[in-house]
Amino acid sequence: MTRSIARGLCAAAAVALILSCPIRSGDAGNIPLDQRRSSYELMSPPTRAMQDDDTANPGTLWVLDGEALWQRESGAAGQACAGCHGDAAQSMKGVAARYPAFDASSGRPIDLEQRIVDCRVERQRAPAPARESKELLALTAFVARQSRGMAIEDVAGKDERLRPFLESGRAAFEQRQGQLNLSCANCHDDNWGRSLAGNAVPQGHPTGYPIYRLEWQGMGSLQRRLRNCMIGMRAETYAYGSPEYVDLQLYLAWRARGMPVEAPGVRP
Amino acid sequence: MAAEAQNALTDYKVVDDAIPAPLTDRKGDPEAGRAIVANRQVGLCLLCHTGPFPEERFQGDLAPDLRGAGGRWNEGQLRLRIVDSSRIVKDTIMPSFYRIDGFHRVAPAFRGKPILSAQQIEDVVAFLQTLKDQP
Repeated sequence: MTRSIARGLCAAAAVALILSCPIRSGDAGNIPLDQRRSSYELMSPPTRAMQDDDTANPGTLWVLDGEALWQRESGAAGQACAGCHGDAAQSMKGVAARYPAFDASSGRPIDLEQRIVDCRVERQRAPAPARESKELLALTAFVARQSRGMAIEDVAGKDERLRPFLESGRAAFEQRQGQLNLSCANCHDDNWGRSLAGNAVPQGHPTGYPIYRLEWQGMGSLQRRLRNCMIGMRAETYAYGSPEYVDLQLYLAWRARGMPVEAPGVRP
Repeated sequence: MAAEAQNALTDYKVVDDAIPAPLTDRKGDPEAGRAIVANRQVGLCLLCHTGPFPEERFQGDLAPDLRGAGGRWNEGQLRLRIVDSSRIVKDTIMPSFYRIDGFHRVAPAFRGKPILSAQQIEDVVAFLQTLKDQP
């Protein structure tokens, strides 16, 4: 019987999975904090080794580019990032672990990429780097690298102003969408660890961004990754930089609070 | 209006947990159905299900094994389970393959279209009926 097969599969899986076998759906709820895992743990040993070794991790190339950009004077103001922020190893330490963060001027959360764009435009008076451009990915990777190993902060839990955006992000995570009518939660809360066409379903924690994704053969942001999932669900994507993504990113960061930053991550 | 009419779905009647009558006049073709089930861009089935497809390396386990489906369910029951599984299990993760309404933010390329056509559904039903052997 199918049921017994499903049970067999479940027996091999984590205890949390067993509770709602054989078919779980909908409202199984959040993953208990102590059962959260980075998708790093689902990767093959060679892919893990690639992430772990800076000389093998392709993301290092973006980090190094970002470091050069950090030092370079740029824009009409003739300012380098380093001109104001100095040594990134000090000034940027922990910054990526607390984004998205509330931005007073827009009255809502912004992600790390947007903070860098704003700084470039407003402080350096340089052209806004496009989302997913090499420049923005490089600077983001360099800044995020300074937080590697640090725990993702519970920014949304501490900052009252972020609460409505957190709730909006949570609602988006749980909203079924697209022609396939799936929510993020259907897979990443309720079916993580199972095989989706041979690929282990990750819990979906944003610990490694920006990541070098082997499937992309390139670097990409969390928003790019979110779009990939939405396209898979045959749902309409949002434009890069849309508040809907940032709210979702905020929820994902809250959901991953306390987990260590791995940037730049490598993912299959 | 003409475009909408083209997208309209064939009416069907649910009796208990089944759609006893075929959606089309042409009898389902099990071979065509097998190809649809195995194609991850068309039927999408093997993303979540495993089945008797030795040539397909990557299959899913989010949902029951397809083997034995033709023994567990009769033709009409299989048809409803593919057309709109949510009428049987309200919060199932199985997509409704022959439904176009009640969805949120469907990508423009797929808007107003079912995942499978009525004839494709009939082909898949015909194929699944052949799966009598249990895993």
